Amino acid sequence: MTRDEIQSAIFELLKKTAPDTDPTNLKPDENIRESLNIDSFDALQFLVALNDKLGIDIPEEDYGKTATLGSLTDYLEERSR
Amino acid sequence: MKEFLMPSLGADMEAGTLVEWKKKPGDQLKPGDIIAEVETQKGLIEIEVFEAAILENYLIEEGDKVPVGAPMAKLRSESIPGKIPEKDSETHPIQEEEQATESEGPVPSDSISEETSSKEKPSEEKHRIKASPLARSIAEKHNVDLNNLKGTGEGGAIIKADVEQAMAGQKEAPKQTPETGALKDVMKKKTEPETASKQVIKSRTSTSKPGQQESIRAAVAAAMSRSNQDIPHYYLEKKIDMLAALNWIKETNRQREISERLLPAVLFIKAVAKALDSAPALNAVWDNGLQFKNEVNIGFVISLRAGGLLVPAIRNADTKSVDEIMAALNDMIPRARALKLRSSELSDSTITITSLGENGADKVFGVIYPPQVAIIGFGSITDQPLVHEGMLAIRPVLQVTLAGDHRATDGLTGSRFLQALNNHLQNPEKL
Repeated sequence: MTRDEIQSAIFELLKKTAPDTDPTNLKPDENIRESLNIDSFDALQFLVALNDKLGIDIPEEDYGKTATLGSLTDYLEERSR
Repeated sequence: MKEFLMPSLGADMEAGTLVEWKKKPGDQLKPGDIIAEVETQKGLIEIEVFEAAILENYLIEEGDKVPVGAPMAKLRSESIPGKIPEKDSETHPIQEEEQATESEGPVPSDSISEETSSKEKPSEEKHRIKASPLARSIAEKHNVDLNNLKGTGEGGAIIKADVEQAMAGQKEAPKQTPETGALKDVMKKKTEPETASKQVIKSRTSTSKPGQQESIRAAVAAAMSRSNQDIPHYYLEKKIDMLAALNWIKETNRQREISERLLPAVLFIKAVAKALDSAPALNAVWDNGLQFKNEVNIGFVISLRAGGLLVPAIRNADTKSVDEIMAALNDMIPRARALKLRSSELSDSTITITSLGENGADKVFGVIYPPQVAIIGFGSITDQPLVHEGMLAIRPVLQVTLAGDHRATDGLTGSRFLQALNNHLQNPEKL
């Protein structure tokens, strides 16, 4: 999976989680949940959806690596290899 | 002859279902007229026509689901002599009715699909100023230069109100020509090529959803005002060491598929349900006196993204396992956000929980939802210095509050409840 594919999946699913926002405006080092105002429940649902879509399991201890667009993309890219 | 196409409301829309034709064959369509209502993933949408034409015939029927870009109707173009000046019918005609949409804020660019065939639209038009015919005529009459106005109408078009404001000297006057041109370019890029009619979609979701949100807001306002007027609240707070509970969640989640994982809120709900055994008077309603409730139906506050709250009930939370409570949340929260709750879920609560989740305020003092007599508030868990077994330690601390109805119970009852809640959260495996 390419980085672009991963990012477009992230954007698509974030848009579903927070339809009133434009996730493509996120800066790489911006905290996703803070910027898009996503609560704990929606954050978990977002990771579940990412897992469904990309087939990448994200253990709970790695949640910290999913905080920003940059770190999440890096993490998924690494895990998809 | 032109075809009127199923518009795109953004990249994720594949198809739309025609719910109702709003115009009949033979009807004269004016710019801004609503030709149909279409159900999409984004809700029920009213579709506007953006140029004068006569509706020739339908190509699809009500109830038909067709993909984006599929022809819906045949239009015969016809200018209305004397009504719309030639120069305006070739540009982007804006009706003054559109002022009504101003309060809804700008239409998101992805919900605008301006579809134009290049033949019909001379390229120099890109640099024309978008303005309604009425705005133009007023501006001309009063020597107002449209170049100096910022349009607040559809797609940044100048409308009557803008001209009037400029005349009153109340408005800044930035140059608009380049922006207008750029906007049109952007809009053009977003559209599908080779279409004949110009359409703008006025999203009913953006009008009716705020309508629904407003009614939710009004319901919250009424309930909270009544609560504050009628209920003499008392407040208690307890700090709870969450290390054991968080470790238990971490451990159980490690063994679970991501879709089966638990959130701390599940433990809060279950612990409240069990702690009510120690203080059943809190699981009750006040209706000319205290009436105990047998079922423990915990109202869980769900905040909506657009503002406002819904408080659906997790029924019989005391008899549900933590997994069942998590499943109930997974089922309920998305439906709440989609405003698709069942009426029973919104009326059966016997006590309410509000939880701020992570990284929020440390504590929340709730306002009781009448006729209930208590609300439990869970703040964000934060690392705090805490004395543990005679030693100072940094522990994850949860600050829990209880707001109780002093007509129904006293602080001692509330205190007993919070103590029981603490005990349950220290033994998460037994929840």
